[in-house]
Amino acid sequence: MSDASALVLENIVVAFGALKAVDNVSIAVRSGERHAIIGPNGAGKTTLFNAITGVTPPTAGRVVFQGQDITRRSVQGRARMGISRTFQITNLFPSLTVDENMQLAVRGNGDGKFSMFGAAELNAGQAERASAALSISRLDTRGAVIVSELSYGEQRQLEMAMALVAQPKLLLLDEPAAGLSPAERIIVAEIIRSLSHDLTMVLIEHDMELVLNLVERVTCLNNGQMLAEGTPNEIRSNQLVQDVYLGKAR
Amino acid sequence: MSSTVSAIQRSALGFVLVLVIFGTLPLVVSSYQMSIANEILIFALLAMSIDVLAGYAGRTSLGHGALFGISTYVVIYWTSVYGGSAWVGCLLGVVVATLVAAIFAAFAVRVSGVYFLLLTLALGMIVWGVCLRWTSITGGENGIRGVGRPDLIASPTAFYYATLAVVLLMTFLIWRFVRSPFGLTLRGIRDSESRMRSLGYGTSAHMFVAFTVTGFFAGVAGALYALFNNFVSPSTVQLSQSVEGLLMAIIGGIGTLFGSFIGAAAIIMLENFVSAYTARWQMVLGVMFIVTMIFAPQGILGTLRMLLIRKR
Repeated sequence: MSDASALVLENIVVAFGALKAVDNVSIAVRSGERHAIIGPNGAGKTTLFNAITGVTPPTAGRVVFQGQDITRRSVQGRARMGISRTFQITNLFPSLTVDENMQLAVRGNGDGKFSMFGAAELNAGQAERASAALSISRLDTRGAVIVSELSYGEQRQLEMAMALVAQPKLLLLDEPAAGLSPAERIIVAEIIRSLSHDLTMVLIEHDMELVLNLVERVTCLNNGQMLAEGTPNEIRSNQLVQDVYLGKAR
Repeated sequence: MSSTVSAIQRSALGFVLVLVIFGTLPLVVSSYQMSIANEILIFALLAMSIDVLAGYAGRTSLGHGALFGISTYVVIYWTSVYGGSAWVGCLLGVVVATLVAAIFAAFAVRVSGVYFLLLTLALGMIVWGVCLRWTSITGGENGIRGVGRPDLIASPTAFYYATLAVVLLMTFLIWRFVRSPFGLTLRGIRDSESRMRSLGYGTSAHMFVAFTVTGFFAGVAGALYALFNNFVSPSTVQLSQSVEGLLMAIIGGIGTLFGSFIGAAAIIMLENFVSAYTARWQMVLGVMFIVTMIFAPQGILGTLRMLLIRKR
């Protein structure tokens, strides 16, 4: 729990009635670390993300971001502090163009979003950031396309671009490769690998091979509880993890 | 980029058409028909104020008719009971409508979808109830008669052109408003409120501002109506006023702004011309609405726009 920790989760509990979707989870993520959360379906991974981003405030426990207790802060307040996320189920603005989605993403943390009679276009600095994020996400040529007309893979890439353009301090990726073909998964992995190492990242992913090659530390959840934490190699060889997640040895 | 240019060209075409059609009308029509055109302009503004919420923010309001009527009440009360000047009265009417809109907004931002519709309906009903029962101020069911317009706009033609000028100015402001960064946030909220929050937007604050601003535009329309009608009664603030404004926006085309002129023209002309032949003109309106919903759910202008895009 040194000051090098970007995100500290202390004994987080998220309960829905009698069901504890997240049960006493504590994780510390160092600044600049890439941390994966793995676990079978229903392990509480996305619920934990919702506790971090404020969508579902934890029932008990504390969320500390850069030394500040943000447990009770609003979703938008946390976003403005530099917490950016993607969604497991694609959550974009389907009737707007890629460029308009990016305009909204760029202005979210900055000023100008209340400008009522100003021009819709971004200023030079913002436009540069938007096009940089689009090119990292390999959507540079798709700006004028309506989002609902993008392929599913491209929509996942746009999820990444919108999270990145906010210049977050903490990036939360909720199954960025969910539902993608193997070829598209490689693109997503390459995008993640190409990101700056100053960026702290927490990644939920089902694809073990994808995730274990991308991160430095892994937490494995099962039934809302922490099962194991360690380096990818430690997790690979952990008997408990193999039993619940990778399947028992044949 | 080309789509942006053509969108601006389309809007410019809309402005020019409204200006030319409504600008030349007094030269060719009777004074009775001109007064109908005058009414169309006023209600087009009300319909546009509803269209900003319904078409851009995805929130269907049934309270804007009440905001419109509050402004009308204030103008008429100020001029005929208090004896103040009509210009100040109009200013006051718009200010009061905007303030009441802000109160409505404080409640309405908490909900969306059908709950938004019901809540705005209920708020509008409260206004109607107050106007009906607070007899000492509002005159109850008898309403209040106005004292006529100021000399400058006393003649029907002068008032018609004054209305046209105000409505065109307001249309331009609304057009800028929906195309601004703020207007884009409303479309974002319509598509995904949860995404907007996770991007750092306080969506409630945005909806509050949007509702209040549209209340201002409804208030301007209501003030014009006070000068036009020279009489106000609870029927000016009743639910059917909101419903009519919404129908105009829908028939013209939700989210098109200029469709409001077409919708207002269609409904008001129907009201005035069909009612000359049958007292059941509302049945004709109902049929027209059903036909629109089935064959052109995007409204007249929305459907035209779609056909044009398909042709290209």
